[in-house]
Amino acid sequence: MSVLSELPRGGSARVKRVAGLDEVSVRLMEMGLTPGVEVRCLGAAPLGDPLEYEVRGYRLSLRRQEAALVEVESL
Amino acid sequence: MSIQTPPATITVALIGNPNTGKSTLFTALAGVRQRVGNYPGVTVEKKTGQMLDGPRRYLLVDLPGTYSLAPRSPDEMVAVDVLLGRQAHETRPDAVLCIVDASNVERNLYLVSQVLELGLPTVVALNMTDVASERGIEIDAAKLQERLGVPVVPVQANRRRGLGELKAALAAAVERDFSPPESPFPQPFQEEVARLESELGAEPVSGEAGNAPLPRYLVERLLLDTSGYLEQTVLANGSTDLRSKLAAARQRLIAAGCPVPAVEAMARYGWVARMLDGVVRRPAERGVTFTDRIDRVLTHKVVGTLVFALVMLAVFSSLFFVAATPMGWIETAQGWLAGLVEANMADGALRSLIVDGIIAGVGGVVIFLPQIMFLFFFIAILEDCGYMARAAYLMDKLMLRVGLSGKSFIPLLSSFACAIPGVMAARVIENRRDRLTTILVAPLMSCSARLPVYAIMIAAFIPPVSYLGGWLTLQGLTMFAMYSIGIVAAAGVALALKKTILRGPTPPFVLELPAYKWPSPSLVLYRMVDRGWAFLRRAGTLILAVSIVVWALLYYPQDPAATAPFMAERDRLEAQLATLPAEDVGRAAIEVQLVEVAREEQGAHQRQSWLGRMGHWVEPVVRPLGWDWRIGCAAIASFPAREVVVGTLGVIYNLGDDIDIEEAEGESRMAGALQRATWDGTDRPVYNIPVALSIMVFFALCAQCAATLAVIKRETNSWRWPLFTFVYMTGLAYVAALVTYQVGIRLIA
Repeated sequence: MSVLSELPRGGSARVKRVAGLDEVSVRLMEMGLTPGVEVRCLGAAPLGDPLEYEVRGYRLSLRRQEAALVEVESL
Repeated sequence: MSIQTPPATITVALIGNPNTGKSTLFTALAGVRQRVGNYPGVTVEKKTGQMLDGPRRYLLVDLPGTYSLAPRSPDEMVAVDVLLGRQAHETRPDAVLCIVDASNVERNLYLVSQVLELGLPTVVALNMTDVASERGIEIDAAKLQERLGVPVVPVQANRRRGLGELKAALAAAVERDFSPPESPFPQPFQEEVARLESELGAEPVSGEAGNAPLPRYLVERLLLDTSGYLEQTVLANGSTDLRSKLAAARQRLIAAGCPVPAVEAMARYGWVARMLDGVVRRPAERGVTFTDRIDRVLTHKVVGTLVFALVMLAVFSSLFFVAATPMGWIETAQGWLAGLVEANMADGALRSLIVDGIIAGVGGVVIFLPQIMFLFFFIAILEDCGYMARAAYLMDKLMLRVGLSGKSFIPLLSSFACAIPGVMAARVIENRRDRLTTILVAPLMSCSARLPVYAIMIAAFIPPVSYLGGWLTLQGLTMFAMYSIGIVAAAGVALALKKTILRGPTPPFVLELPAYKWPSPSLVLYRMVDRGWAFLRRAGTLILAVSIVVWALLYYPQDPAATAPFMAERDRLEAQLATLPAEDVGRAAIEVQLVEVAREEQGAHQRQSWLGRMGHWVEPVVRPLGWDWRIGCAAIASFPAREVVVGTLGVIYNLGDDIDIEEAEGESRMAGALQRATWDGTDRPVYNIPVALSIMVFFALCAQCAATLAVIKRETNSWRWPLFTFVYMTGLAYVAALVTYQVGIRLIA
């Protein structure tokens, strides 16, 4: 496994890094997706996108494309 | 020892993450003493409130909810400028009140770490401690206070608990000297900031009085902001020299293991972890929360979608059907008031101005209040309970197809009832380009004011044919087509806007799905009243002014020669009536004739009024649409509001302006008049199916609604966008009506 968007529902992973330098990447980090933090996938919206995650004790929704910027390692 | 006299009014800026109960706290502290305005040049709302605490007077400035003080656009810059005292015509706050969600303290402290660097006395309000303890999260506030070096006050804003302690902490904080805590950044980064700071010493800075140096926080941001926004805005002439210095500094930081922009999030979250170590106790095993249980249903593939559809149906039908009752009362009150004035005043220009200009104009403003208040009642509930974010989550993929995000769904759905609350609801969309696109296409949704236009044209000209054993009627299909035209046009325009004038990178969706909670009734009530009041105050005057202008165009010029024959006829009938005894059967017939004469007079007057003449002027323009000057005149007269077109056609065809097409009798009289109408001097009928369709298509797409344009002006804080909306919609409507008529007439032939 390499990126957050591939995490199956209910699966957990640890963030390795967030790719990119643009606004989206900065926002992802500001929202707490920093190296070392644990993320759990809670599911997807009925239309398949966006996805829902739990990070730092709260729920965060990301589009698949955004979640693909987050490199993770499985736990 | 020097004795400092406290300032007469202490200014306190309120800042916090979204969904932390910031508005609830603001309302709890400031009560109803609130003022709403706009910061110049941006669309950010400026909300201030007064708070009294014994002898102290506070001015609370509510800054927009944000996760981070990292400005990348003019809207995001406002909060930073206010806090640094760089905002024009605003004094720098004396203190900052930072609200933190206790159940989500880790991410909330990220913003606190930025706020502390600004060097203002800061007080942290630890809100929703009850929600946190329900989840088994315990926070040692005293220990956190010690670590942060600023007062930490536990509060429950929705229950008004801890407000006294909070005020006391604020009073104490402004009187103490504040020393910012140690920087959370690693040494190499701090060195680069210091180096840049000294290099910038000579750079002219925009927004700073005299030649004051750039505040340290902005120097840091300059180094961290890879979007280039700050470089362009903060430095008056972003020299290439500076750009190369920044690039070099960033290169050195990569080598030192502190790459920009990641270094900020890592440093701040590292700091947060140090602050919270031993301060927060979480349950070892994360239990299933209230929110988990609700979300299992509400974001479920089938059930969740169904519930969403039901919620939206409830919101929509309240706007469409429930709001109709108070709207009816407003119309009745307006009619009663007009009748009262008519009964007590002599006929003349002043009476006409009061009745047809002012009372009708004020009525035309107030009539929108029920829909605005119903929509904001629902939006406040949905927002406060946490469902609003789920709605955006559920609808995002659909809206992404037209280049928007899930947040545009509710504003656009509401616009099917009325574009005014829809445009006002677009405020929830943070991204400027997405918000503008939503506002600009919202008036294309077929609102309830278009219904009378569709209804009368369909009743008069679309044959009542049905298919599939009565399940499908041609009239119903026509109505459906009109709604579809609006949706298709909106999708096309949204896509076109996002590819041209509002082009830019797709804004991040990255949306917090907050925990569910019970909405606060006082906040819901406050929002509802506040929105209604904001509409009356900001848009109301503009709408009233337009109504008066259109009244004058219809009233003037007064031409005695044109009305003389009707006067003579009326005098003759009245004299005849006077000779008949009260119980004579002939009286009724004469009274009918009198009404008829009055209507003919009204029609004759209108046809020669300025507006009637404008109808004649535009006839060459509207002729390719299949319209005669009467329809052109009615279209112009409907500028204040689309539904006025029915009343105007009523007057033009001598039916009176009070024709009620919602009643069968009124509808058939109107339909009959339209069917009988002929081109001047011929017996060729004006209306046929292509003409009726061209009128409907025109009204489906045109911007004949002064109220919507006034609200767009208010929401975008500029005349450019309402003007743009009017031009593009009128152009679109004209072309579509032209195509409809030209194709239709050839199909008939």
